[in-house]
This record gives sequence, structure tokens and C-alpha cells, in this order.
Amino acid sequence: MTSLLLFGASEGGLFDFDATLPLMAVQIVLLTYILNALFFKPVGKVVEEREDYVLTSRTEAKKKLAEVEKLENDLKNQLKGARQAAQKVISEAEDDSEKLYKEALALANSEANASREKVRREIDSQRESALNQLKSDAEKLGDLIVQKLLAAK
Amino acid sequence: MSLLRLFISLKMGTSPFVLPFAALEVGQHLYWQLGNLRIHGQVFMTSWILIGALLTLVVVGTKKMERDPKGVQNLLEFLWDYIRDLARTQIGEKVYRDWMPFIGTLFLFIFVSNWGGALIPWKLIELPSGELGAPTADINTTVALALLVSLSYFYAGLSNKGLRYFEYYVHPTPIMLPFKIVEDFTKPLSLSFRLFGNILADELVVAVLVFLVPLVLPVPVMFLGLFTSAIQALIFATLAAYYIGEAVEEHH
Repeated sequence: MTSLLLFGASEGGLFDFDATLPLMAVQIVLLTYILNALFFKPVGKVVEEREDYVLTSRTEAKKKLAEVEKLENDLKNQLKGARQAAQKVISEAEDDSEKLYKEALALANSEANASREKVRREIDSQRESALNQLKSDAEKLGDLIVQKLLAAK
Repeated sequence: MSLLRLFISLKMGTSPFVLPFAALEVGQHLYWQLGNLRIHGQVFMTSWILIGALLTLVVVGTKKMERDPKGVQNLLEFLWDYIRDLARTQIGEKVYRDWMPFIGTLFLFIFVSNWGGALIPWKLIELPSGELGAPTADINTTVALALLVSLSYFYAGLSNKGLRYFEYYVHPTPIMLPFKIVEDFTKPLSLSFRLFGNILADELVVAVLVFLVPLVLPVPVMFLGLFTSAIQALIFATLAAYYIGEAVEEHH
């Protein structure tokens, strides 16, 4: 009795198959087309466009980052080169000034030496001439004394 | 004892208890006559209301779509993404796009039907015969869905691989042939009865509990029912996608 009712022999029942089945199937197929047009296509378009946008932005950003890193490295290298050049210029200038100083010092020393030598020679020669003078005066005087003495005698 | 009597009367689909809280009418339908065809009116009424709600949500959400999603667009994109992942993992990268709308429609329709049946107080609307409820609690609906899935995987297999689709029946050995043929019958059978049984049982359990203990106790069972409803929608959609994926898969 139960099974008879369950399978809907006459009226109603849980397993009452009728035209609901094919009409429901048609309704689902229609719903699939409607949802495809209203939901899946437009939303898919937006989502995929956004995914593309994110992807391209990401690759672009990566490219830009790489460029920036390259530029930074270039600038760092340039800076390093400039620093080295500046260091070289400074040390060269220091060397130059040292050399100039030494040269000037040596020149001044030699000049001083030369003038001292000259003065010394002058003094020597004057002393010699004075001594000669003195000698000749003394000889003259001696001669004179000798003559006077001889004369007095 | 009275519970037993209640269950028996539920199964008979005759003389239901009629009480102020809850009247259970199982196996009774509101018949509409279309020419010489008879259809279950209550199933179509609820399904139209729920499909209407679903379409309204979709139309509202897709009206003004932007790259920075706002409001309903977020929900729709989440659903779309969820359905895409489901279809892609089961069907495979190659053809999932063709089947995504079908899988998604199955999922959305079953989900909306199950939850609508559980959440909307249909019993407040009096019908001359039968009662409103989840469309998926009617065997006609679930068999219709399951047969559509069967047709789909045959179509998917034949359109993708032509007659080589039938290699699937003797793969990996010809011994599998009878089992694979039996599977073609068991697949729609299990799909339809699983959904039908779960949803009907959920409605019955809630109705019986409301009938016996009108306060508090039915609430956790109702939550369980919501959980089951969501899971059933997911299971149906996943299995449908899996069957289609199986049909288009290349064995080598």
C-alpha cells in the first residue's frame, strides 16, 4: 500500500513524475543561457580584464624597478669615479705644493749660501788686503826706522 | 509511539496532522493542467520566485561594473571566481570555459533553491493543495537536473573526442565495459536521489521537530539544514563538473 502511494499510482506521492520534469529541464537550460549572458560573460570580462591589468602593471613595475636599480648602480659608479678623481686631484695638488715648497726652500737656501759665501770671500779678501796693507806699512815703517837709525849713526 | 505514527502518516502522504503550528503535507501537489500535461504548480511557483531573486541580484550587481568593485559586484565576482575554480579543477584548463556557465547555473540554482526553501517562510502562504517549499525537494526537479548533467557529459565527450569518447568505456581494460555502462545509469540516479533525499529529509526533520517541540530545539537543526543545503549544491555542481571532466579527459 505504501509503495503504491510512494510511486504515485493514482494521485500525488513523493515519486510523482509528470511534465514537471521536462519543463524544469527546459527552464534550467534557459536559465543557463540567461545567466551566461547576464552574469558569467560580463563578470568574467571584468575579472579577466582586471587580472590582465594587474599582471601588466606588475611586469611594468618590475621593469621600471630594474631600470631604477640599473640607474642607481650607474650613478653609484659615477659617484665612485668622481670621488676617486677628486682624491687624485687633491693628492696631486698636495704633491705639487710640496714640490714647489721644497724647490722654493732649496732655492732660498742656495741663495742664502751663495750670498754668505760671497760675503765671506769679500771679508777674506778685504782682510787679506788689509793684512797686506798692514804688512807693507809695517815694512815701510821698519825700513823707515832702519833708515833713521842708520842715518843717526 | 506518536512519532512513529507521524512518520507513517508522512510517508503515506495522506491524512496529515493539521495543527496550528505545522501541517505536514508530503507527496501532495498543486496540479496545473497544461493541455493534457500535468505539472506541479508549487515547484514552478517557488522556482520562479527564486530565479527572479537570483536574476535581480545578478542584474543589480552587473549594472555598473568597475575595475574597483563595489557592493554587490564583490559578491558576484566572488561567486564567479568560486565557480571558475570549481570548473577549472574538475574539468581542466582546456575546456572548462565552455562548461562554466552550466556548472555555475547548476550550483546557483540548487543553492538558491535549497536556501530559499529553508529560509523563506513559505508555509505562511496557503495553497489549495500541497505546499510551497524548495524546488529541489521535488523529484522531478532533481531528475531533470541529473539528466541534464548526463546529456552534458555525453555531449562534452562526443564533441571533444568524437567517437573516440567510447574508448573511455574500455579504459584501462575492456573488463571495465559493463561497469562503465552501469555507471551511466547510476550517475544520474545517485545525483538526483542524493539531492532530493537530503533536501526533503531536511525539510521533514525541521517540520517534525517544529511539530513536536516548537521552541528552540529546531533552530540548530535548521542551521544544520542550511549547512547541508549549501554542501548539496556544492556536491552536485562538483560531481557534474567531474563527470564532464572525466568525459573530455584524454587517456594516453
